[in-house]
Amino acid sequence: MRPIHTIGLTVVAAAIVSLYGCGKEEPKQAAAPRTETAAAAPAAAPAAETITVKIGSAGPLTGEIAHLGKDNDNGVRLAIDQANEKKIKLGGKTVTFEVLSEDDQADPKLGPTIAQKLADAKAAGVVGHLNSGVTIPASAVYNQAGIPMISGSATNPKLTEQGFKDIFRIVGRDDQQGPAVAQYLESMKIKKVAIADDATAYGEGLANEVEKTLKAAGVNVVAREKTNDKATDFKAILTKIKGRNPDAVFYGGMDATGGPMLKQARELGIKAVFSFGDGACTDTMKKLAGDKNAEGFICSQAGLPVVAASKGFLDAYKAKYKVDPIIYAPFTYDAANLLIAAMQKADSPDPAKYLPDLQKISYDGATGHIEFDDKGDRKLAEITIFTMKDGKLDPIAVVKGGKSVAFADFMKAADAGTPSASTTAPAKADEAKK
Amino acid sequence: MDTFLQQLVNGVTLGSVYAIVALGYTMVYGIIQLINFAHGEVVMLGAMVAYSVIVALAGAGGALPPLAILAIATLTAIPVCMVVGYLLERVAYRPLRRAPRLAPLITAIGLSIVLQNIALIIWTRNPLPYPQVIATVPYRLTATPDGATITNVQIGIIGLSIVMMAGLLLLVYRTRFGVAMRAVAQNPQVAGLMGIDINRIISATFALGAALAAVAGVMDASYYGVAHYQMGFLLGLKAFSAAVLGGIGNLAGAMLGGLLMGMIEALGAGYVGELTNLCHLSGWSDALAQRCVNDPHLELFGSNYQDVFAFVVLILVLVFRPSGLLGERVSDRA
Repeated sequence: MRPIHTIGLTVVAAAIVSLYGCGKEEPKQAAAPRTETAAAAPAAAPAAETITVKIGSAGPLTGEIAHLGKDNDNGVRLAIDQANEKKIKLGGKTVTFEVLSEDDQADPKLGPTIAQKLADAKAAGVVGHLNSGVTIPASAVYNQAGIPMISGSATNPKLTEQGFKDIFRIVGRDDQQGPAVAQYLESMKIKKVAIADDATAYGEGLANEVEKTLKAAGVNVVAREKTNDKATDFKAILTKIKGRNPDAVFYGGMDATGGPMLKQARELGIKAVFSFGDGACTDTMKKLAGDKNAEGFICSQAGLPVVAASKGFLDAYKAKYKVDPIIYAPFTYDAANLLIAAMQKADSPDPAKYLPDLQKISYDGATGHIEFDDKGDRKLAEITIFTMKDGKLDPIAVVKGGKSVAFADFMKAADAGTPSASTTAPAKADEAKK
Repeated sequence: MDTFLQQLVNGVTLGSVYAIVALGYTMVYGIIQLINFAHGEVVMLGAMVAYSVIVALAGAGGALPPLAILAIATLTAIPVCMVVGYLLERVAYRPLRRAPRLAPLITAIGLSIVLQNIALIIWTRNPLPYPQVIATVPYRLTATPDGATITNVQIGIIGLSIVMMAGLLLLVYRTRFGVAMRAVAQNPQVAGLMGIDINRIISATFALGAALAAVAGVMDASYYGVAHYQMGFLLGLKAFSAAVLGGIGNLAGAMLGGLLMGMIEALGAGYVGELTNLCHLSGWSDALAQRCVNDPHLELFGSNYQDVFAFVVLILVLVFRPSGLLGERVSDRA
């Protein structure tokens, strides 16, 4: 046992040192780009030759959510292939972009390892990771190495709250979901709502946001209940909720508890609309609650459903991979394109040079217009509201900038807004109606 | 009133499950003064084994009637759990029977962890959606349209529990095996001198408790619609508290304790918020009255205390009546 202990301690010590190191390093990294931008620019203008620029793509390529990781990776590869066809020139040299796909196995412990690997390989930018839990520890390493990272799927607010200037995300944040669900419930004209949560940081935070927004809108919160994330018996609190007779119930928690809760609520004869955050916005709900009980619940997810991505992207993806994108591919596609666009603007693949351009970029991508705020979050990120209809999660509304728009209307508006897609508008509208 | 009645129904159903699990604790304690902390895990294994059988049978075409599927699943889970219960005793408790009392307690906890991890390997860490082979039909208990209901599943659980408890009482008080069991419980040495195979009786007691646990596992999982490799831990702990509440070592006590525990939990979770609502005191303080105009729920304790009631009761019982409600005041045999 002794050697194992020693190794364990060493690892812990190393982790502490590196974490501490990051904290200290951070201001210097943040300041670095500005000072170096001007100095190194003239050096990059010799005769026409080709250079290779490496873009990292990190996500789980094995394990339970490997299909999602592969989807993300496909999005990046599509963007890179298209960029290579265009023969982009940076500093007078023709650039060949190369994707470095790394498998983080959705394991938080592997996040920093993969990040270091990409840093050692001199990646000019990274798209990823998929999970918030992996992205957050990895982001510290990218920040230290000065490599810009854009996640197309990590929704935990903490990611961009660390003060890292080179860490971005182009999906919505979890803490935008609570208000979004509340706004949607409010648009349903409900008068009385019961709110419950699983007493975890995620569930309670979400439920509190919903409560705040609904109370501000004058909706009567008739019950505020708590359970825990390992509970199976919700009959007692549901019976209490039933006695208060709400029009809607919001539960902040995961599908593992949300599903059984929904089932038990219907058994007790509670007819209120059930609503959840993204933790319970999964097909597992159907299995846990039973097909009939699950019908009609609503839930939110950061970002947009795949069908809302631009027609150009969807066609290109389908043509290249012979399948439809699953969920976050449009976002990773945009993330890769953002890196390239910023490099083009700065006329350099050097992270230190193109980072300022990335920070103030204004770009129209497959997922709509993208601009970053000071934290590196996308401005006006969308939250999509889904409902379980005929056994499938169907998008019904998009909440953006505090307004809830019916999904079909959102699709129409999106088509009208982007001239390039106008020729395909009728086809997309049809898709939305389905 | 409807809400109260509904909480009572919830409580009695939950209590029936606790009672069946509590019997397993109390029988083992009665006979060898050991708290078998791995008993909760046997409940979990029962639910899991039955889950696999139900999935296999329901997937095989579904030609069998739902009740038959559930019966086959339960009848498969029972022998599996009995074997596990027997092995627990044989491997972890029998070698330590003459050891200080703490030793088997620790092995019990160790086994509980081992069993959980075996289940984790076989059935994954995900919560398993328990197949609803029997469609839930609610029956109205009152005249009001949205009033209290009792479902066919709840009736089934309560009914089956009563049958099992009656069966167990008959077995213990009306058969030769029961006489042997009680004899071993009273004095193992003398029972041995009378020609009773003590080891066999003890093994049989473990197997019997495990069989009840298997049924309880199936009942609990199909009632709440979910099974999980950790489901046995808290369930076991609460059932153990129920056994202590009723008087550990006493069969009737375990039944009473289980039912009481279920009702305390349901009513506690349902009403603790109401009872500790500071807005009831609005008359005493103007500031409070103002605060309560907009939001009449300023609850000191909420339903998140649901799991706490069982243990509060456990502490109170141990302080005021260490031998439990129905426990006899026997001097320690040691």
